Amino acid sequence: MQEDILTVSGLSVEFDNHTVLDDISFAVRRDSTMAIIGPNGAGKSVLFRSLLNLIPYKGTVSWSEDTRIGYVPQKLAIDKELPLTVYEFLSFKEKSRDKILEVMGAVGFLKEANHIHNDTRVLKTRIGNLSGGELQRVLIAYALLGKPNVLLFDEPTAGVDIAGEETVYGLIHKLKADKDLTIIFISHELEVVNKYADSVLCLNKEKVCFGPPKTAIDKESLEKMYGEETHIYHHHDH
Amino acid sequence: MTTNLLLLLAVGALSGAVSGYLGSFMVLRRMSLVGDALSHVALPGIAVALAIGVNPMLGALLALTLAAVGIWYLSDHSEIYPEALVGIFFTASLAAGILITPEVELLEALFGDIDKIGPIDAIFTFIGAVTIFAVTMAVSKKLLLMVVSKDLAKSQKIKTSKIDLIYLLLVCGVVALGVKFLGTLLTGAMVIIPAVTAKNIAGNIKAYQILSVVLGTLATAAGILIASYFKFPSGPTIVLTAISFFIFSFVFKKR
Repeated sequence: MQEDILTVSGLSVEFDNHTVLDDISFAVRRDSTMAIIGPNGAGKSVLFRSLLNLIPYKGTVSWSEDTRIGYVPQKLAIDKELPLTVYEFLSFKEKSRDKILEVMGAVGFLKEANHIHNDTRVLKTRIGNLSGGELQRVLIAYALLGKPNVLLFDEPTAGVDIAGEETVYGLIHKLKADKDLTIIFISHELEVVNKYADSVLCLNKEKVCFGPPKTAIDKESLEKMYGEETHIYHHHDH
Repeated sequence: MTTNLLLLLAVGALSGAVSGYLGSFMVLRRMSLVGDALSHVALPGIAVALAIGVNPMLGALLALTLAAVGIWYLSDHSEIYPEALVGIFFTASLAAGILITPEVELLEALFGDIDKIGPIDAIFTFIGAVTIFAVTMAVSKKLLLMVVSKDLAKSQKIKTSKIDLIYLLLVCGVVALGVKFLGTLLTGAMVIIPAVTAKNIAGNIKAYQILSVVLGTLATAAGILIASYFKFPSGPTIVLTAISFFIFSFVFKKR
């Protein structure tokens, strides 16, 4: 039986007397993958921000003592004119060029690749000039620096290719195989949740369901999240 | 060239260099006008210092520090935007400053007077500039990461609120250094213009920071020389020299 790396109990968040998260409790097992799903405005990102201690909350969020978090934000509003190259950005966290090249390789930027899209030449590009996909991969590389044992992904886009056919989720899967790594990600896509997550937390301001995806996501919990008229489950089924 | 002119050049160049360096962060943080606004806060401090006969730089520094701590505290503990807070502090102190500054000194306080710079000011400037350079370099990475994303910085356990306070105090230091020869109205210019000029040209952070320092130094030194040769007032000459660099950089900006 493995220990829990994160225990959350009675977590509530209010903005201007308006309850955004209400009495959320769950635990995340070390070295597992947990997905957080829910409709827009369900408080998924707010939950993330509480886990990262970015906003005030009630209740307790307790991480295991040896936790090193790597955080991948959903997107960043970066000024196109910001004179900061990808390499300079990554070196905020890591001095060694070899280690930077290593994480860049992990997200599909290789030395002398056949296509500029996958080449380490991107290191000299200003981060404001990256495409959406490139920026996401750079943010993942940034999160991977500093040997994290927990990765928090705010809604990785399934559409982003890492290298060829591989997606962000494929990368997550591969990273996990290599080492002790706990992953918590926010997603909209039930298919992805079923495929990669060991457990799922369904959220709609309060906890709707929690457990392994196959049993936790049922008709009832989907209705509580997305309303009576939902057909999402059937969509993914065939 | 007289010893006095050499002293002026040294003080000016140091102050220009450090304004350029700190300004490079202000421009990235979209706080360009904060330095400008804060410089007005120096006025009542200068007035009081002149009235009781101490170095106006000290008076300016004291008034600025109080304002910076006030702005920092309120922006952390209230819902008002820092920008609006700066606006309130700045207009209030400009009004108070004009009321209490003796009329004969008002012009000097507003526009600076390079002839009044003595060896004591040079020592203040040297100590101040070295301190500001050292502290800014120490927090540089954290400040830049906060420009990219405050959340990312916080997720790495960087105490962003503490860094914000240190940063505001640094800005006060730079303004206090510049106030004596640029005056409260124009000090903000040397924080903004070299950095914006450098941003037009530089392709990465390192080049951007070096260029900000070099341009700040050059504009101040060249401005002082031109002013001394043509018997122009120094403050406006320095600012217009910096502006001419900016126009060049804008014209030759790589597109």
